[in-house]
Amino acid sequence: MTKRFEITEARFLAPDVKLLRITAPRIAKRQKPGQFVIVRVAETGERIPLTIAESNPQTGTVTIIVQGIGKTTKMLNRLDAGAAIADVVGPLGKQSDIEKFGTCVVIGGGVGTAIAYPTAKGLKQAGNEVIAIIGGRNRQLVILEDEIRAFADQVIITTDDGSYGEKGLVIDPLKRMIAAGKKVDYVLAIGPIPMMRAVANVTRELKIKRLSVSTRSWWTGPACAAAAGCWWTAKASSRVWTAPSLTRIRWISTF
Amino acid sequence: MANPLKPAERTKIPRQHMPEQDAVARSQNFKEVNLGLTFELAKCEAQRCLECATPKCVNGCPVGVKIKDFVALVLDGKYLEAAAKIREDNILPAVTGRVCPQEEQCEGVCVINKKFGSVGIGYLERFVADYERQSGQVGLPAIAPATGKKVAIIGSGPAGLSAAGDLIQRGHAVTVFEALHDIGGVLIYGIPEFRLPKDIVSNEVENMRRMGVQFETDVVVGMTVTVDELLKEEGFDAVMVATGAGLPQFLGVPGENLCGVYSANEFLTRVNLMKAYRVGEFDTPIYDCRGKNCAVVGGGNTAMDAIRSAKRLGAKNAYIIYRRSEAEMPARLEEIKHAKEEGIQLLLLNNPVEFLGDAKGWLRAARCLKMELGPADDSGRRRPVPIKGSEYELPLDVAIIAVGTSSNPLVQSTTPDIKTRKGGYIEANADTLKTSKPGVFAAGDIVTGAATVILAMGAGRKVAKAMDDFLRSGQW
Repeated sequence: MTKRFEITEARFLAPDVKLLRITAPRIAKRQKPGQFVIVRVAETGERIPLTIAESNPQTGTVTIIVQGIGKTTKMLNRLDAGAAIADVVGPLGKQSDIEKFGTCVVIGGGVGTAIAYPTAKGLKQAGNEVIAIIGGRNRQLVILEDEIRAFADQVIITTDDGSYGEKGLVIDPLKRMIAAGKKVDYVLAIGPIPMMRAVANVTRELKIKRLSVSTRSWWTGPACAAAAGCWWTAKASSRVWTAPSLTRIRWISTF
Repeated sequence: MANPLKPAERTKIPRQHMPEQDAVARSQNFKEVNLGLTFELAKCEAQRCLECATPKCVNGCPVGVKIKDFVALVLDGKYLEAAAKIREDNILPAVTGRVCPQEEQCEGVCVINKKFGSVGIGYLERFVADYERQSGQVGLPAIAPATGKKVAIIGSGPAGLSAAGDLIQRGHAVTVFEALHDIGGVLIYGIPEFRLPKDIVSNEVENMRRMGVQFETDVVVGMTVTVDELLKEEGFDAVMVATGAGLPQFLGVPGENLCGVYSANEFLTRVNLMKAYRVGEFDTPIYDCRGKNCAVVGGGNTAMDAIRSAKRLGAKNAYIIYRRSEAEMPARLEEIKHAKEEGIQLLLLNNPVEFLGDAKGWLRAARCLKMELGPADDSGRRRPVPIKGSEYELPLDVAIIAVGTSSNPLVQSTTPDIKTRKGGYIEANADTLKTSKPGVFAAGDIVTGAATVILAMGAGRKVAKAMDDFLRSGQW
């Protein structure tokens, strides 16, 4: 008999970044892009929010991609297939606004790519042109390339050290596109806070509908902060949501 | 055995004091403050009862516990029978004996209250319930033959538990869905360990499991599954919404989103449910209150619970900031008394108008206004009126807002055919607690707004009866 919230697959996508597929039929059935789960690994553990990368209603599983930065995420990443997680609650949060915008540029920095992934797929399914810019400090930290190539119209890869794809930052291809006069209707950027700020600065001048996820979370590092932020997405057409203006997540309830 | 004392002799016995942990010691630990009556004290207290022909206390109880009868059984030393007597109307006596505002209910209307101090009904209820639990001989009621009907109860707080305990006895299959990872609702996330030990709640839940109630945690109805899915796809014949009114309210003043300002809801949930006070054993973090200035804004039980928790977490100065006077505070008298003994400073007739932060965005002070009391407002309490020019800054590291809560919006927002009234509370028929959606009932704070454990339990029993009628007749 399956244990509640049993892990059916567990593999590393990058150092410290692990994919976990979890049995959770009700969550799998109702999950929409942008939603998250709250996870408690064991009885004395804390509860943390993590974006759902994808779900499979047929097999009744949901997938999370976790960067092991703090105690709880590291504990989670030590689990393998066959282990069970104490509690997984979801799907929580508002789903991403997915419409036919036109041309969407989805930018993922490091583990931020995992969080942008479900929305990127949803945007493609809604009939948008999806250009994905996936970046990392080096080749090892670029994740989900194959999965995104499977649906995106164009995939550009950047690494800070040039070990894979273009050498440079994720913001560079975006700047190039805009300078070349490409009509961009929507930008989604998820990654370290300085990266998101840079994207916001570039798009600020233009009337691009931009979804920049940003919070200052004291739980763990930027990746999980962005994950938590998916719950509280800031939509601003010409205003910039930068980290200092969103002081912290107001933890009102688990919902 | 009848009470051997004449009424005049009985009133000469003073009301017995509840043994308590020493105030200074207990302000540093989370163990229960009240230690419980001893056998001698209980007998003495039971002897004070005048055994009125028409006991007012029974009417004063929201669920009609047969107080006169159980007190007589205590006097006779028949404690297990006394417990059974209470359980006829109240399935959580160990809880209510501790948290009911008896001064507003049974004890408030006791005939000897004004002149001699009421019979310690709450103390006696607790005594009996604890005896029963410790004896291991909890008399579980008989279960009627299975009806083949399935009921879903949404929410495992007092209303949900009370309805579940009743419906299971009537032979229906009962599943309680709970959003959190543990059972009890406000009993486990809201009320602290030092007022209501969690063992007591888990004990009662275990009793319910033994009776056959199923519990499913980590299910947020409205997100994980909808009411319609429960009725149409998961085979439930009726649904009861008991999701409560736990959505915290804030003051709406500038600076409320500074780091260091919390809702009482968050603060208490970290401490009570997530056991953040057991540093090193449990992972959930909480603000380090040691040596700090902490204030709670509000005057109800939640406010008392929050500030007394902050004190126990090491606060150097623990303030209550309340805009009216002590007489208007809604908290239980015993909580206010205990709080003062523990060193909580009551800043009465004070109100924060702004929270001030430092360069990094952390709270450093509250700008407060002094108040005076004007004429009564809608609630019947005197309205606080600001005194011009009385502003001052109170240095603070933590501010906890405990000014009230509103309805849990989740089920309603995902089930549009459930009618609500102003504030998002579910409209339910006064007698049957039926909502506007066929097959769906509602009870507890989600209907009435934030109230008490005992009222929720009373509503749970009422709705169980109406649900039973519906399930058996099939008529809505």
